[in-house]
This record gives sequence, structure tokens and C-alpha cells, in this order.
Amino acid sequence: MGAKGELAKLSAVCNKAQDAIEFRVPSDPKVLKIVRLSISHLCELAGFTEEERNSTTLAVDEACSNIIRHAYDGAHDKPIVITFKMMPKGIEIVICDFGKNISKSKIKSRDLEKIRPGGLGVHLIQSVMDVVTYERIPRTGNKLTLGKFKKVK
Amino acid sequence: MLEVTTRNLENAVVVAIKGDVDLYSSPKVRKIIISLTKKKTKNVMVDLTQVAYMDSSGVATLVEGLQQVGKYQGSLKLFGLESAVREVFELSRLDKVFEIYQDEEQALGTLA
Repeated sequence: MGAKGELAKLSAVCNKAQDAIEFRVPSDPKVLKIVRLSISHLCELAGFTEEERNSTTLAVDEACSNIIRHAYDGAHDKPIVITFKMMPKGIEIVICDFGKNISKSKIKSRDLEKIRPGGLGVHLIQSVMDVVTYERIPRTGNKLTLGKFKKVK
Repeated sequence: MLEVTTRNLENAVVVAIKGDVDLYSSPKVRKIIISLTKKKTKNVMVDLTQVAYMDSSGVATLVEGLQQVGKYQGSLKLFGLESAVREVFELSRLDKVFEIYQDEEQALGTLA
């Protein structure tokens, strides 16, 4: 299967929901700000508070950074597919790449007692999101599903 | 675009950062902080007043700086953290590791 076919397959896996908003960005750190602005705006449309918007934006940014660094080894021209779905009780964000398998040590939150640079991204994602699931899609890529519920007012 | 400027005071160097600190921009911050630690700058104070967003790569850069100044008994202090930036430090439990001050005056007041 060529790259286009793989991408189509990946998109199909990612975007099963009819009412989801999907966008695709290159794995270039330059576009992370655009991703953050988009996610923040979508969270606002979903009725999230500023605090919820900030934390969700942080989680998506960290997830995309991990993809760039670990799944794509820093390559700037690979696709990242982000699917945002609004639901009555919250949101679901699916982030897909078709890079290499990310080893479990890279997606495990590290011991915070050890003061050292790096390795905080997964901890931050898990701290701010209510649902975090990682799946390896065989022969295709990685799929990270993030969920966050609205605070009951 | 991220801007990083340095200002020399009598007993410290203030590194003022303006913009978002993320995977794209953190190498620029790192370059300046590491250049100061290579010169064994005794007191480094990082002004985050104009930083609305910082991710784990930005935090990692500051942790590296803190470790470097520790090697020669220097200091690296932070001030002016916005609530979103402060939250990242709290979630990482690094708010207890760094010296964090309200503003430059308060940070300067702690220098011997």
C-alpha cells in the first residue's frame, strides 16, 4: 500500500464520527501554534471554560510534539491527523500519525521525583485529560484518543 | 515569533522571553540560557511576564538551566508567571523545585 492509501486508511480509522471536525497538519513544530489556536477555538465552541481550553490545548500540543519527536524522529513533512468531536458531555480528540511504533517507555508517565529535563509530556497529558488511550494500528501508525468531560455547573 | 533578550544588572542577568515557548521556539531559549551558564553567570533571572504558553519542552529547557547553574552554585530564578504557565509547573511538581517570584523586584530582593 502506498503512502496515499495508508493515509486514507488512517483517516478512515480516525474519522468514524460523522459530526467530527478533521484537520491534517505537517509534523513541523512551526505549525504547533496553529494547532493550539484551532483546538482552543473548538473547545470554546464546545462550551469549555478557559481553564479547560488551556489544559486541552496543552494536551494536544504535547501529543503532537511527541509524534514529531518519537514517531517521526523529527521529520517535518509527515502527516498528523487530528479529529475533534463535540459531544453533549464533553469532547473527544483523536490524534493519528503513521510513523513508527512508539515504545511503551515513551508513552509512560515518568517519576516526577527525578528532577531532569524531558519526559514530562505524557505526564501532562494524563494529568489534564479524563480519557487517554493509545493504540498501535498495525502496519499504519499510532492512534491517541483524548477525552475530556465538561465540568458540571 | 519568540523574542529572547538579555539585560545585565549589577548582580544578575535577566532573560526576558516574549511569546509562546514550545517545541519550535524552546531551542532559542535554551541557546541563550546555556550560553549564560557556560559563562558561569552567577544569577540568572528569567522574566516570563510575556509568556502566555509554555509546554514541556520549555519547562525542560529551564530544568536544564537550573541543573547547570547548580554545578557552580549559581541561581536561576523565575518571575512573572501567567496562570497557564504556572499550572504547567504545578502539574510537573516543579513549582517546588524552582524559585518562583511575583515580579523582578521580588526576585532581585532575594539576591545576596
